[in-house]
Amino acid sequence: MNRIQGVWAAASCGALLFVVGCGGGSSHLKVSSPSGANVQPITVSGGPTGQYVDGAFTSVTVCAPGTSTCQTIDGVLVDTGSSGLRILSSALTIPLAQQHAPDGNPVVECLAFLDSYTWGPVQTADVQIAGEKANSLPIQVLSDSDFPVPTSCSDNGPSADTISSLGANGLLGVGSFAQDCGGACVSTGASNPELYYECPAAGCSVVGENLAQQVQNPVVLFATDNNGVVLELPAASSPAVSMSGSLIFGIGTQSNNALNGATIYTLDQFGNFATTYKSQVYSGSFLDSGSNGLYFLTSGITGLPGCGGFYCPATTQNLSATNKGANGASGTVNFSVGNADDLFNNNPTDAVFGDLAGPGSIDGFDWGLPFFFGRSVFTSIAGQTSPGGTQPYWAF
Amino acid sequence: MNAPKIFPCRAGSAELLQGAAILLAITMMTIMMIAPPAFAGLGQDVSSVPADQVQMKGTLRSSQTQAYTVHEIRAATGTVVREFVSPSGKVFGVAWQGPWPPNMRQILATYFEQYQRAAQAQMNSRPGRRPLLLEQPGLVVQSGGHMRSFAGRAYVPDMLPPEVSAEAIR
Repeated sequence: MNRIQGVWAAASCGALLFVVGCGGGSSHLKVSSPSGANVQPITVSGGPTGQYVDGAFTSVTVCAPGTSTCQTIDGVLVDTGSSGLRILSSALTIPLAQQHAPDGNPVVECLAFLDSYTWGPVQTADVQIAGEKANSLPIQVLSDSDFPVPTSCSDNGPSADTISSLGANGLLGVGSFAQDCGGACVSTGASNPELYYECPAAGCSVVGENLAQQVQNPVVLFATDNNGVVLELPAASSPAVSMSGSLIFGIGTQSNNALNGATIYTLDQFGNFATTYKSQVYSGSFLDSGSNGLYFLTSGITGLPGCGGFYCPATTQNLSATNKGANGASGTVNFSVGNADDLFNNNPTDAVFGDLAGPGSIDGFDWGLPFFFGRSVFTSIAGQTSPGGTQPYWAF
Repeated sequence: MNAPKIFPCRAGSAELLQGAAILLAITMMTIMMIAPPAFAGLGQDVSSVPADQVQMKGTLRSSQTQAYTVHEIRAATGTVVREFVSPSGKVFGVAWQGPWPPNMRQILATYFEQYQRAAQAQMNSRPGRRPLLLEQPGLVVQSGGHMRSFAGRAYVPDMLPPEVSAEAIR
């Protein structure tokens, strides 16, 4: 998109770029923002703990359903790698409506992430973001104390239900799926992945949860602009304190969210495409604004040296990889891998790092937030109609 | 697999002790036949694989290479867990892939607490949502993916059979 193409590095202070304290480690990067009721400002910053790097934060307004009892919660991480709104109980000051199973017992969710789980009651809220409203949206309220955590949930690892472990006041999951679980959670039995529980005083047990009751992507409940999102962020050729960008709702629904010739990469059934890097195919690869770096495994003499979960090459490496969608569309992406130790040590107050990378997992190239810098990235929602079709896709 | 490994107490001179050991062995084997071992997964005996299969409500398929055997458990949820067993009968590595993560306590067995401590330490050291990388002398865990797509591996470097690379665990 033209808006993004005009964005320069902090040091160059381009015409479309507004820089506070241009140069050094105290810059703020910004593109000219699109306007409209479907545009929500986002900020890449240290977040509510001040400790986060490469995290995009925004605010959401939640209201007790059908009332004007509302609260605006900031420091919510924008996550295209998950679906559903999750808010820390400790950040919530108003009462929402507890969801109950048909037998009257409260419904509580366990969601396993990569290194942790979130646990807490499913509650409904009227949610407002920019000019968009999702009424009676089921969300997860993260708390280990409202209902005792069953061992089947804590068997996933440590809890991420505090601000220090989550690094945010909540997660705004605006990913490729309409619900967090989908059809697998509707009925109980061996194929149920055990996300939803009903919790009478006697203890929690797995419960079947209809699609409409599941924690879901707020975007699908919007009256319009409900088929996906666009993330627009400026480029970051050097570290910065913060950056401003936009989360735009809808794809091809307004003048500010047209595909404009972006390449469409459709996803496989797991929400992945294939990335080829140094002749190795990573078949389970994905774009994820909720990952705070570029994460991929390397090996052998061409591998990058690791350092505490990141990569630390002696000099910044300029690399490239090729992505291929399920529809056969392909394109090459250039990226850089800097020395994470040097980045952190030399820029202790910065939270924006365009070349932060580290080892990932088998078979997947995780294109985290640095990929989104300097781009307009479209994430469509499976089953919703958009100019790219009803299949989920990424376009950029 | 063999008795001396399970019951290291050598009867030696005392026949009485030997008798008691046999009795204990019979009792233990009966218990094992009734209930699967409490600990299955990484670092455990190959006999623990069926317990994982039961826990995952899955189907089991085994295949063999020269250097190791792979027991592949396909859970009803769609998640596949592969347990890599050395010629000495120990699970030296576990890999997983699918729409949901496996029960980590089940597949990491006695290594779960170490994994949990390390994952907590990673979260505390620098907040930020990212894949889990745990590289310790006695345990390596690489876990990644996103909602509805998870993949990872865990292995004990010292237990890898000769000539087997960690890359094989996938």
